Amino acid sequence: LSGKLRQFQASPFVRRIRYVTQYNKDLSQRAKPKSDSVASPFRESQQLDQEKKVIHKIIPISPVHQPLSKTSNRNELREMKLAAEIGGSATPLRAESKEERQWKEMKLRLDDLPGILARLSKIKLTALVVCTASAGFAMAPVPFDLTCFLLASLGTGLASCAANSINQFFEVPFDSNMNRTKNRPLVRGQISPLLAVCFAASCGVPGIALLTLGVNPLTGALGAFNIFLYTCCYTPMKRMSIANTWVGAVVGAIPPVMGWTAATGSLDAGALLLGGILYSWQFPHFNALSWGLREDYSRGGYCMMSVTHPGLCRRVALRHCVALIGLSTVAPVLDITTWTFPIISLPINLYISYLGFRFYRDADRSSSRKLFFCSLWHLPMLLLVMFSCKKSLLEKEEKGDLHGGNHGRAMEIRLP
Amino acid sequence: MRGSAVGKEGKGRAGRSEQRRGCAAERGQNASPAGGPAFRPPAHSRHDWIGPPDRLSNLRPVIFHVPQDESALERRLREARQDTQAWNQQFWAQQNASFQQEKEEFIYSRLKAKGLAVRDETGQKATLNAEEMADFYKDFLSKNFRKHMRYNRDWYKRNFTITFLMGQVALVRALRWLRWKKKNVGD
Repeated sequence: LSGKLRQFQASPFVRRIRYVTQYNKDLSQRAKPKSDSVASPFRESQQLDQEKKVIHKIIPISPVHQPLSKTSNRNELREMKLAAEIGGSATPLRAESKEERQWKEMKLRLDDLPGILARLSKIKLTALVVCTASAGFAMAPVPFDLTCFLLASLGTGLASCAANSINQFFEVPFDSNMNRTKNRPLVRGQISPLLAVCFAASCGVPGIALLTLGVNPLTGALGAFNIFLYTCCYTPMKRMSIANTWVGAVVGAIPPVMGWTAATGSLDAGALLLGGILYSWQFPHFNALSWGLREDYSRGGYCMMSVTHPGLCRRVALRHCVALIGLSTVAPVLDITTWTFPIISLPINLYISYLGFRFYRDADRSSSRKLFFCSLWHLPMLLLVMFSCKKSLLEKEEKGDLHGGNHGRAMEIRLP
Repeated sequence: MRGSAVGKEGKGRAGRSEQRRGCAAERGQNASPAGGPAFRPPAHSRHDWIGPPDRLSNLRPVIFHVPQDESALERRLREARQDTQAWNQQFWAQQNASFQQEKEEFIYSRLKAKGLAVRDETGQKATLNAEEMADFYKDFLSKNFRKHMRYNRDWYKRNFTITFLMGQVALVRALRWLRWKKKNVGD
């Protein structure tokens, strides 16, 4: 049926009707239709015929069960439908044909697959996660190893794709009911759940293997743990308790730690500090976002602070904005950056704290949006400033901070 | 089960109308407004068809294709999917409807408490601001917590079952294809 409809729409029959409608709508206009199709006398007469048809048949049509066989009847019906459209009365039949057009065959087309998988794996979010991991790698006080960096980034990216796909696999009926998520591939039936799980496995297993074998086991373990935390703890907890936000903040904090451990092979204070910065950042970011989604969350059964404990939601967001200032100050103490970092980052940290305070005080949509959008540029900027204020290895060497001067020089030789 | 009635009908004209009615009934309150015919996939199609989101449940209905040579395993899978679709549809249609209704009641009662009319002079519906609505959202969530927990548990179980069945069906089909290939290459 939809095939026939498509055929019909493509046929010149429809185009002629369009010319007619233009003619009819401006009754004063006597101009002929546009000359991209030179009107032959034959066609003109046909148009006049249809004009007549149109004029006579503009009546609202009561929906009647139409027999499938009479194609000409169908065509007439379509014409009447379009005529009724001209008349300005929307008939149920028109609505029905529109609905019919919205039915899609659940056949996987290979050229759609990359786009579908990109949306399934939340590729933009994955890219941001890889960026934070790279930031962790870059901040580590070791010479830069390009191979290791690329392997760690790729592994982290694959792990993130896997986690996001499983998350979407679990949440199909909930995503259907929220405006933000109703166009996801599984919701729209563009991909089967089996394929989504296979894709997740084919990203997750190589990703973790890459991290464990190509980088180091600690990073692989952190990656696997993060996937578990996100899919098996955070996702179900979203519907059970508001504690999900804290778990989610840990999920966001682990990638830079992974970057650091990929570079150094050990979990030191610097890694935890970077993780701490990302952890604190999640709260103003997410709490502000969730403020505008309260209705959807409530209807979908999601336990979020913004719905059940709105005061706590805003307090926590403000608390963590201020914590960012504190964490930035700790960085030079741990010898990760110079003392210029807390000074240069103070303006942006103060600004986000100010917006956090406004959100706390006003508790309205505009302050939540301001805080959310600020968090989007605040984090990349903070990481960039951090990197530019990174305590260089040479500086450390001169101060004799590195263990053994020879060791330091040996490491320098390995620099590309 | 309504679902199997939908599936068992073949491709005959009578079968088609049965399927149609079955589907419309399955979609519950979302039968097309004037009771007109529901969507019919083209006869030559060998795939499932998915439609626009249901007005009440926001879930997209699926019309399942019944192949001529459907195996027992494939039938189990199809019936599981149909059953889950009906169950999901029922839950979310009821959930959304009760949410809307309770929201209206809440707004009405709050407006009455404030001494305002539901519609102001211009005839527009008066609304409460987000802070006042927050009380309702919180209340709705806590009232339905147990129901949501039960739904979650059931949904996860069903989702895993269906996906596992899909995996089995895919495996069987792949083995069948491999065997066929080997046979053909051997000849």
